[in-house]
Amino acid sequence: MADGGSADTGAADGGLADGGSADAGVVDPSRWVCPRPLRDHSAVMLGHGGGGILSGELIEHLFLPAFGAPPDQPMADSALLEVGGTRLAFSTDSYVVRPLFFPGGSIGELAVHGTINDLACSGAAPIALSAGFILEEGLELGVLGRVAQAMGQAAARAGVRLVTGDTKVVERGLADGLYVNTSGIGVVPSGVDIRPERARPGDRVIVSGAVGEHGVAVLSVRENLEFGGDVRSDTAALHGLVAAMLAVAPAGVHALRDPTRGGLATSLCEIAAASGTGVEFTEGAVPVPPVVEAACAFLGLDPLHVANEGKIVAFVAPEDADAVLAAMRAHPAGSEAAVIGTVTAEHPGVVVGRTAFGTTRIVARPLGEQLPRIC
Amino acid sequence: MRYLREFRDPVLAARLVDAIATVATRRWTIMEVCGGQTHSIIRNGLDQLLAEQVEFVHGPGCPVCVTPLETIDRALAIAARPEVILCSFGDMLRVPGSDTDLFSVRACGGDVRVVYSPLDAVRLAEENPRREVVFLGIGFETTAPANAMAVVAARARGLRNFSMLVSHVLVPPAMAAVLAAPENRVRAFLAAGHVCAVMGTSQYEPLVSSHRVPIVVTGFEPLDLLDGVRTAVEQLEAGRAELANAYSRAVCADGNVVARRTLDRTFTVCDRAWRGIGVIPGSGWRLADEYAEFDAEIRFDVTGLTAEESSECRSGDVLRGMIKPPQCPAFGGRCTPRTPLGATMVSTEGACAAYFQFRRLGADHG
Repeated sequence: MADGGSADTGAADGGLADGGSADAGVVDPSRWVCPRPLRDHSAVMLGHGGGGILSGELIEHLFLPAFGAPPDQPMADSALLEVGGTRLAFSTDSYVVRPLFFPGGSIGELAVHGTINDLACSGAAPIALSAGFILEEGLELGVLGRVAQAMGQAAARAGVRLVTGDTKVVERGLADGLYVNTSGIGVVPSGVDIRPERARPGDRVIVSGAVGEHGVAVLSVRENLEFGGDVRSDTAALHGLVAAMLAVAPAGVHALRDPTRGGLATSLCEIAAASGTGVEFTEGAVPVPPVVEAACAFLGLDPLHVANEGKIVAFVAPEDADAVLAAMRAHPAGSEAAVIGTVTAEHPGVVVGRTAFGTTRIVARPLGEQLPRIC
Repeated sequence: MRYLREFRDPVLAARLVDAIATVATRRWTIMEVCGGQTHSIIRNGLDQLLAEQVEFVHGPGCPVCVTPLETIDRALAIAARPEVILCSFGDMLRVPGSDTDLFSVRACGGDVRVVYSPLDAVRLAEENPRREVVFLGIGFETTAPANAMAVVAARARGLRNFSMLVSHVLVPPAMAAVLAAPENRVRAFLAAGHVCAVMGTSQYEPLVSSHRVPIVVTGFEPLDLLDGVRTAVEQLEAGRAELANAYSRAVCADGNVVARRTLDRTFTVCDRAWRGIGVIPGSGWRLADEYAEFDAEIRFDVTGLTAEESSECRSGDVLRGMIKPPQCPAFGGRCTPRTPLGATMVSTEGACAAYFQFRRLGADHG
């Protein structure tokens, strides 16, 4: 909900690198038709960037076929490439958040942390980032300077270098101030194999802390809403947390996801779908700050659908779960980590939440944009 | 936030469920009127907890769901005009009109904006004197006071570029229509708490006495709903039919007197078509003649636009409590939140969407 317009096209195991060359060459753009037409819309809708079902369809039915990738390509936060015996993770993300500055951070921190976190979700140690800027004519240089400072400081804190970049300027009115794209590469340590499809029955599902803060923080300043409490974006780099987890269980961490757009519910659904397993979790075990709960009750949103920028959800082998949880809690970025559920062979692809009242409900991905209820 | 976790307490909920199970000698059919209540019942699985004591019939109280197709088409026609900024609450944007929806109009260049209050639309009109700002003023008695305030504020500020497309609906005539239907099965109502917070409770007394039906004013959190059900079941078991208030922290008998006075001046009762149900006499509000200059239907001359609803969609039967959403042949197949045939599949308050979002494992994979 917060950064309304980007769609990850990350494909695991080098989908574009391996499969992209020969087939892509025969596509004649003037004759191109979508092999499985996007069903309802002839134009891009805002919901196509919402990280939900519409985003997934855009990738599956438009980008992957056009790029020549196989349709059953597993989706991950970053691609894995084997280069000279080293496994590299490669990821890219674009940032279009409005407003540019919000409680707890800015588009600068998001752009650095977001791509680092996509790499971290493959277990990779990030090495370097690129930064591409699309600037609107008339943007104050002071604003751009603050964003650049924020990026530099975030990268320095994370121990990752910004090594290459690009700047384009478009005429006034053709962009909303400032857009940033970052790409990153990282090295995956040997013995580590973290992919969405590796979640397996019995795995414990661990979330690294409270959910919903980023989305509510951005919404509160964008729409000038007060929710009776201070709420700040949780934007943070998580590769240190992931390294701490891998230090105690290098082979026991099966899958990782950073629940950004679409929230925790979307991450759980994506892992369930990719691994062909079901997920059962206890709603009461998911940490939700009171201010997020209040904001969601007020607006008719589900905290499980609200964006985070500094959290991960981990799927961990049961025998390693205690050690990984302890390692997470010992790390500043995971001090509120909690086991929220388990992976099951029952109901593959379906995520089931157990309510405080002992009842159950199926938890689905949001369709596209989150829509505040009318009353 | 106070008054949230207190009313989601599972221990107290279990006690209320026990109390209901103790008093109930049979399964009672109870209609929760408001879509917010439907959402909460399904979201929290209260229907599972009370499976043996209560059959919940989901009432017509989702404002998005009952807004007639005609109004949506008129909004779409107005939104497509280049001089217009059309403002709406968020969940109206995906409601399908005859051919398209507001999201698509926006993607094709229409200036459609989500606002959180009609007063935001008034502010937009002030800031954009060369544009026509139109607010889509729909909903029940709950949203009406703020809409009335917006029109009053626009007049006070001398704004000539603000107008409202009004399609307000009223709860008591809809409940009367449910009770009057020959096939009616509803034995008690959980009345919509926030409607009563505005309008008070006296409007329901004639329904209670003429139909001998318990009406319990009920809130939206799990404990509120369970308390409402307990009150209704106790009356049904004792053979009583009374107006009761199980939401006294928000509702008093007179409602919000200031709001009601403003509503009386700003709106006039009219006949209103309900999507999927048809025209119910005296069941709506339109802008009073005194405020006709702010009526978008007149300003943009769209009163001639009429529309026919999909014959496949059975949302009318759902809204009248005749069928449950999964009993509709299109449910989950031809009709999903992604491709809604009717508005009950659009809003999260809509009964069909609530069933689809929170559908049970047993029903899907059993």
